Amino acid sequence: MKKLIFVATLLFAPLLAMASEEYTLEKANIDLTDQASLQRGAKYFVNYCMGCHSLKYMRYNRVAADLGIGEAELRQNLIFDGSKPGSLMDNAMRPEDGEAWFGTAVPDLTLITRWRSPDWLYTYLKSFYADPSRPYGVNNLIFPNVGMPHVLAGLQGVQEPVFATHETESGEKVEKVVGVSHPTGGSLTPEAYDGMVRDLTAFLTYIGEPIRLERQRLGVYVLLFLGLFFIVAYALKKEYWKDVH
Amino acid sequence: MTTETATTGFLGWIDKRFPLTKVWREHLSEYYAPKNFNFWYYFGSLAILVLVIQILTGVWLAMNYKPSAADAFASVEYIMRDVNWGWLLRYMHSTGASFFFIAVYLHMFRALLYGSYRKPRELLWIIGVILYLAMMATAFFGYLLPWGQMSYWGAQVIVNLFSAVPVIGEDLSVWVRGDYVISDATLNRFFAFHFLLPFILVALVFIHIVALHRVGSNNPDGIEIKENKDEHGIPKDGIPFHPYYTVKDIVGVVVFLAVFATVIFFAPDFGGLFLEAPNFQPANPLKTPEHIAPVWYFTPFYAMLRAVPPMFGSQFPGVVVMFAAILIMFFLPWLDRSPVKSIRYKGILSKIALTIFAISFVALAYLGLQPATPIATLMARIFTGLYFAFFLLMPFYTKMEKTKPVPERVTQ
Repeated sequence: MKKLIFVATLLFAPLLAMASEEYTLEKANIDLTDQASLQRGAKYFVNYCMGCHSLKYMRYNRVAADLGIGEAELRQNLIFDGSKPGSLMDNAMRPEDGEAWFGTAVPDLTLITRWRSPDWLYTYLKSFYADPSRPYGVNNLIFPNVGMPHVLAGLQGVQEPVFATHETESGEKVEKVVGVSHPTGGSLTPEAYDGMVRDLTAFLTYIGEPIRLERQRLGVYVLLFLGLFFIVAYALKKEYWKDVH
Repeated sequence: MTTETATTGFLGWIDKRFPLTKVWREHLSEYYAPKNFNFWYYFGSLAILVLVIQILTGVWLAMNYKPSAADAFASVEYIMRDVNWGWLLRYMHSTGASFFFIAVYLHMFRALLYGSYRKPRELLWIIGVILYLAMMATAFFGYLLPWGQMSYWGAQVIVNLFSAVPVIGEDLSVWVRGDYVISDATLNRFFAFHFLLPFILVALVFIHIVALHRVGSNNPDGIEIKENKDEHGIPKDGIPFHPYYTVKDIVGVVVFLAVFATVIFFAPDFGGLFLEAPNFQPANPLKTPEHIAPVWYFTPFYAMLRAVPPMFGSQFPGVVVMFAAILIMFFLPWLDRSPVKSIRYKGILSKIALTIFAISFVALAYLGLQPATPIATLMARIFTGLYFAFFLLMPFYTKMEKTKPVPERVTQ
């Protein structure tokens, strides 16, 4: 069995790798220094996503401190389950619930942008299309047969699939989804929906590595110090070595 | 000869009980190193620097890390988010692993360039290869600890190699894992080994330096400076390691740290090469990642493993080739038959051979990161052949070619 898995991995790895890279990802164009965008993203996340998806490695009060949210606002607008501000952002969903309802345990999203990339997340949230063959009536262009329903459909509206006939190597003709139509029936304009998804992506990118801006800021000082140190070290070396011929 | 002990004061008290002054002189202030060291000679001391960084950051990471299948992944994120400066310790350690290999690969390439493995430095070279093996083991054990998808499946693939050994294979792989799959038991023992091995590395580095100071350093000209001494018995082309090379190495350290810091602070993932994206997903024994690749420093050997076709339904030949690629390095001192050591005075064949070898190594590293398509596999086979040809044909091409005359004294 183990050998089988090993061999199967080697055999199918290239095929799987190709299958997931058929569509080009849209640029998320997020700005992590835009606190208003991150705050909106946090609001959308706790309202639309957190019922199922946890951020179980992140603490509420860290988010509040980093995004400039006061404790009263935090308790009122971001914490819905009476958790303490220092709690991890977990939820009540059990893995077995996810398996029963969606066919798979609902993934924690703390590190989703580090695993998938911000552009992937942004594109994913814009790529749901109507597919009556799926349990929740939707499928996704870049994540085929995903178990997740289109939670934001009321806002974005419904996108219909665009098909194209595609010839396989054996000459067989297959219908394939190559894109989606403009959404209809949503409460947000396409631009407003893009903005919302961008805020969510920015928030989850921040969550993926909360120290990111701070480390880049510190890095500049570290390099400046090393630059000065280099001048001293180089002068010292020159001085010692002037009698070596 | 200068006296080897101080007779008065505190130092005198120490010297009567411990050879402090003697050690200082023999290994630093009166250890004569050739004066013509170039760029390539920084990487030995830099490798020691990274080893120290790895041990210090590693010990502090271990204070917050939990080696259990249930808690390991979460404890790494705890270090990244809740431990003061934990993110810096973690990024220094993960980047340090890659930089350790960069430093050591350049250090080893230097030995190939200037024939630093030749008589009388055969043992020095062999100790170095043992160090390299111990370092690879350390890195392999350490890579499981974050307990991400790539940690898990990478370890699964590598430990499965043991099961390819005829007859005892299955039992051997179970013995290594402590289970039938990579599990909590495996993680626990890998953590123990990952903590132990660095101290063995320190001991090996000590032995490596003892061996070096016995025979003296080689140099870019590949000539023995001890054969040309002045009236005080000091090599004419030698300069005391301290202060000359200590101050020079400080410059190297600063430049190295600047590159190191640039990666840590601005690109700790290094485009997925130093921290692989799938490893941000917790280990899931039921879900195989789309594409399993070890970290870049192992990929030359991984590419060789995949390049060899299974024979009689067994992956064993590939495993043999992979280990042979490292073991063959032990024989290097006796494969080189050239009358000269340094590439500067060797003939054109050696220069071509070394260039092809370097290209093959880099190409195999690249191929090991890519999915195994038919073309990639063919390329990997060719480069594997060239890798081994460098060693196996060495007795012939080093003997056949015309070498240049070696100067009496080092050149600047």
